Amino acid sequence: MKKTVHEFTTKIPEWKPYVAPLDLSQATPEQLEALKVTPSNTKVSDYVLVLAHDVETLQHRTPLFNGIMYNRGGLSRAEREIGAVAASIVNRCVYCAAVHASRYNQLTKSETVVDALFAVGMDAQIEPRLKAIFNFAFNLSKCPPEANDKDMQALVDAGLSKEEILDLILSSSLFGWANRLMHTLGEPLSD
Amino acid sequence: MLQLEDVIATITGIDRGSALAEAVNGRADIMSLTQQTYVAALHPTDPGGLSYVERAAFACRISVLNSDREFEAHFHNLIGENDASGARIADIGFDGGDDVRLSALIRHVDLVAQNPKNATEGDIKRLQAAGVSDADIVRLSELVAFVSYQIRVAAGLRLMRDLA
Repeated sequence: MKKTVHEFTTKIPEWKPYVAPLDLSQATPEQLEALKVTPSNTKVSDYVLVLAHDVETLQHRTPLFNGIMYNRGGLSRAEREIGAVAASIVNRCVYCAAVHASRYNQLTKSETVVDALFAVGMDAQIEPRLKAIFNFAFNLSKCPPEANDKDMQALVDAGLSKEEILDLILSSSLFGWANRLMHTLGEPLSD
Repeated sequence: MLQLEDVIATITGIDRGSALAEAVNGRADIMSLTQQTYVAALHPTDPGGLSYVERAAFACRISVLNSDREFEAHFHNLIGENDASGARIADIGFDGGDDVRLSALIRHVDLVAQNPKNATEGDIKRLQAAGVSDADIVRLSELVAFVSYQIRVAAGLRLMRDLA
């Protein structure tokens, strides 16, 4: 019997939707196009099949997501993941936090930063640049956003360029979006 | 009625030719996809069970909950000057009254905008019990999630703009 995961973890859970995913046999041509379903590729996750109910936003989601997390230049991939993790901690999206914390760990080959962030959040004893990144993203993710000029100045003081700061704003904001889907439309399950 | 220019660029008023404008132009593809998603969330070709006025009004509520006056004014304008029902939905003091569907939608918008961490399966069941279809639940969730993203991108850009 699988159980809902309530605590932050780097072990990626399953995701079980609360609403019915799109039935592919009932999909419109627009939905199939947005899902990139072809005769040789019929594997689509339940999450994407849920989002396919709103095909007009879904068709922009994949390029937007990939651009913000993986495009060239600007903030490093690992530091973008910290933006995603910070938002996921504020919004308590255990699934998103697991996926992006584990990616951070893979990219940096270390688990100490994520362990500290999961345990104590903004009180984590981590290097100053990462702390400035995490704190800015954490405060921006609150509702209303609480990131202020001091948080911004801390990024500048830590040596981030304008291009890097912009990428951080985008990755943490993107997870304000993703968390509000993943955490509210379904739940993470594990053995 | 729908603004076709880039909403974030208009709201943050970044000076052309500034170092910040240059950085934003380096991510022009992202800003363009963001604007396209704005149209898809606020004014989709197929709005399903959520009218354009309701979408603009919910977005206005979300802006108020985020204490963002500029987005509030933007979405208020999008509701349309003469739409009393839209203006009422946008008022965060209004909970939907006796309208079971509208009350359920408003409750969910406020929850997901402000406290997504508190959302549970029971909240989705409440929407379903009020007659909201699964497709409309996803449309509503995308609207709240996207507007929450857009407000944060703009909030971050304002802080960059105001750097000494």
